[in-house]
Amino acid sequence: MKKHLLPMAAASLIALAGTPAMADGKVVVYHWFEYMPQELIEKFTAETGIDVVMDTFDSNESMLASLKAGGIGTYDVSVPGDYMVKIMANEGLLDTIAEGELSNKGNIQPQWLDVGFDPGRQHSIPYQWGSTSFSVNRDEYQGEINTTDILFDPPTELSGKINVLDSQGEVMALAALHLGIEQCSTDRDKLKALNAMLEEAKGHWASFNSDTAKEVLVSGDALAGMIYSGFSAKGREEGANIEYAFPTQGYIAWMDNVVLLKDAPNRDNALAFMDFLLEPENAAAVTIFARYAAGVDGVSDLLDDALRTLPEGNPPASAGPAVFIDVCDEQTQAVYDQIWTNVKK
Amino acid sequence: MAAGAPGGGSTVANTYEKARTWLLLPSWLVLLGLSLIPVIMMLVYSFLTKEFRGGVIWEFSLAAYDQFFFDRGLFGDEPPSIEWTYITIFWRSFWQAGTATLLSLAIGFPTAYFIATRPAGSRAIWVFLITIPYWVNLLIRTVSMKFLLRDQGPLNQVLMSLGLIDSPLHMVNTNFAVQLGLFYSYLPFMVLPIYAAVERYDFSLSEAAADLYASRWVTLRRVLLPAVKPGIIAGCILVFVPSLGSFLAPDLLGGAKNYMIGSLIEEQFKGNAGNWPFGAAASMILLTIVLIILLLFARQQTRHERKEA
Amino acid sequence: MADVSARLDVRTYTGFRAITLLCLCILYAPLLVVTIYSFNSSNSIAAWEGFSLRWYVDVFTGPESAKFKLAAWNSFVIAIVAASVSTAIATLAATGMIRAGKFRLRMLSAGLISLPLMVPEIVTAVATLIFFNAIGFDRGLMTIVLAHIAFCIPFAYLPIAARMQGIDDSFEQAALDLYATRRQAFTRILLPLMAPGIISGFLLAFIVSLDDFIITNFVKGAGVETLPTAIFGAVKQGIKPNIMAISTLLLSVSVVMVTISYFVSKTDKTN
Repeated sequence: MKKHLLPMAAASLIALAGTPAMADGKVVVYHWFEYMPQELIEKFTAETGIDVVMDTFDSNESMLASLKAGGIGTYDVSVPGDYMVKIMANEGLLDTIAEGELSNKGNIQPQWLDVGFDPGRQHSIPYQWGSTSFSVNRDEYQGEINTTDILFDPPTELSGKINVLDSQGEVMALAALHLGIEQCSTDRDKLKALNAMLEEAKGHWASFNSDTAKEVLVSGDALAGMIYSGFSAKGREEGANIEYAFPTQGYIAWMDNVVLLKDAPNRDNALAFMDFLLEPENAAAVTIFARYAAGVDGVSDLLDDALRTLPEGNPPASAGPAVFIDVCDEQTQAVYDQIWTNVKK
Repeated sequence: MAAGAPGGGSTVANTYEKARTWLLLPSWLVLLGLSLIPVIMMLVYSFLTKEFRGGVIWEFSLAAYDQFFFDRGLFGDEPPSIEWTYITIFWRSFWQAGTATLLSLAIGFPTAYFIATRPAGSRAIWVFLITIPYWVNLLIRTVSMKFLLRDQGPLNQVLMSLGLIDSPLHMVNTNFAVQLGLFYSYLPFMVLPIYAAVERYDFSLSEAAADLYASRWVTLRRVLLPAVKPGIIAGCILVFVPSLGSFLAPDLLGGAKNYMIGSLIEEQFKGNAGNWPFGAAASMILLTIVLIILLLFARQQTRHERKEA
Repeated sequence: MADVSARLDVRTYTGFRAITLLCLCILYAPLLVVTIYSFNSSNSIAAWEGFSLRWYVDVFTGPESAKFKLAAWNSFVIAIVAASVSTAIATLAATGMIRAGKFRLRMLSAGLISLPLMVPEIVTAVATLIFFNAIGFDRGLMTIVLAHIAFCIPFAYLPIAARMQGIDDSFEQAALDLYATRRQAFTRILLPLMAPGIISGFLLAFIVSLDDFIITNFVKGAGVETLPTAIFGAVKQGIKPNIMAISTLLLSVSVVMVTISYFVSKTDKTN
């Protein structure tokens, strides 16, 4: 037995040692789930000879936690949302892209070039932008849906059949819109009201899930669910009669960005990857796959009409304001964390 | 063992005695380095200060345990009262694991008994049949269970086509689904020790009871059950303990309202919360509870053995 | 005659057979259902649309095939290495524990060996993650292998120790009396007698390593996936038909392995 085991073990150890040998030609990407088409990854590898190693996350906060827990130095790029870019920059987790390092930087649309969360685009490039609100199963519920009441004070038909994103930032921002209070409030009464409202609302919720947000709506396991605009469009195209809501109280706007991480082991490959994503046809490929909008010039010419007029991407006149998520200071954040803990328990 | 060995030093025992340290050294090193020291490190981390948005600062703090046991209000400045959040999650885990254990016992005991009373030749086949599913990947078993129980899943379709129900039973994301998942994960652990105990049981005791006109259920309760009790307790421990800290069954089969210890701990490291000291403290509390249960079990077993001797 | 049946009657309880059959139903129904649906030609998991092997083709050639092939290879390599190393360590430890007489640290050693069995899996996962983080060990394939070696040791140890306890030391004694060296007594006498126990220990450790999800999920590095973590990542977004095909393949591997080890141990008894 031993005679067979030892050579087997030796061979396996060699195989194990051999794996990192491919390290020269790769880029390690920490990405959202279901957000980049496989064909595009293959195209990148075919064009550059660089292999893409992909790891996925399902919320900005869990991505941050994982990077701080030893992930820095092992990943090259990540795809945080707007407010998370600012947080990561403040935490010193991002590397600076020097002027001229990205040859396609000029392709970024002007309105996305000098953004509040990354002035001058020192660390990031646009990936996709879209919105977050919720969708409702129109076979089961015919009433008015363009109100945040659907989530926080739902009609009896929907109560107990609601899925909420497992994403602290987005739930808190939408809840603030529902109550008409500012984000990152320091007003004790407003915070107490927010806490009480959410404690009440969670009684109507069936689950907290981000990665299954589309699936539970398509399968009918949830009749209403908080969801990203493009994810909802994909669910609708899979055959679910779901409608994406634009609440009059407002909804969340976001932009996901590819950032260069500090201590990236394959920095040059990471820059090549970012340049690749700034090519209009590649950005368009992501848009066609994910149903969001790219922040890159020349993309809209490459899309068909159906995608340009997507109901999830074109808010009606009645829609409230689209707001970005704010970054709170440590003391304020502690209170919001406590509220979130109360919601999740 | 080596009592009858001739003098002169070449007995088996002292052959190996000289090499003993070298034989045991690899296991000591690996288990000290990768099992015991990590647990001690975890204890240390549970007394450190959490860094804003994940990570730790090397400063002593009781904050993790304070957060577990005391509620200081939304703003952290109210007088402390008992924090029920985490105690509730632990209590729910106990309840779910306990129910799963009872379910396993209710089905596992008759099964083990039935197998142990088969003719000697066919017992091995029965045991084999019971253990096969256990060797299938736990994740795959749990996913399969979820697939079976879905609202539009095969079980509901069968029940509806049989006319037993009109609308689909909602089973996924309920306590019942989690209990069923736990039961499914660990059932062989219940069946095997009971089977071993019943197989050793001397049925002439039951016959004697029957001769004394004891009914069969009285015989079961008064004669058989006390005799196979160690097997039953062992089975219950082997199902209860892993159920308590399980992650897959509550995560895949339960929803937000079926949060168990495993998910609470996981979220501190992999999820949104990013509070390492708190995750370490919750793990320490779970470990302490499990060790106490195992200690009580060991004491009970030695007492039983002494009684038998 | 009546007397005999009354005596047999003492052993049987009505309903126990039915419960046993119910038990087997519960155990096998989910696996059977997934196996059947893995042959479904439909794109969705909801309805049956006829027999097809397309999802098996998809597993090997589809868009996600590269990811799952790499994950399967990682799982296999990790399991082979972890099972081999832990079996070797456990064999040495069992010899030291059972063959070398009584000694002072015996209880402590036994406790150490069974430690991974007593500590809940999620706690081991947390402790190992914290440990690697504290000593600054970069997470990757190696961290998974090290963690697996540690928790596989008791699983390899149990069948090996059980077998060793069943072997009378008179064989080795006879060899020693015939002027065999200690090394010869160990490698020529004890090890061959131990072979069935070592094989069982290796297989058990192999399956336990292959099965592990939670510890792997905690200690794995950037982009390193094993089959369970890859499947978990995929089912988070809903159960898809290709997952059922992969599950069925993995299920068959387990069943074949267990059946082989069953017959190995059976033939061993008849010898």
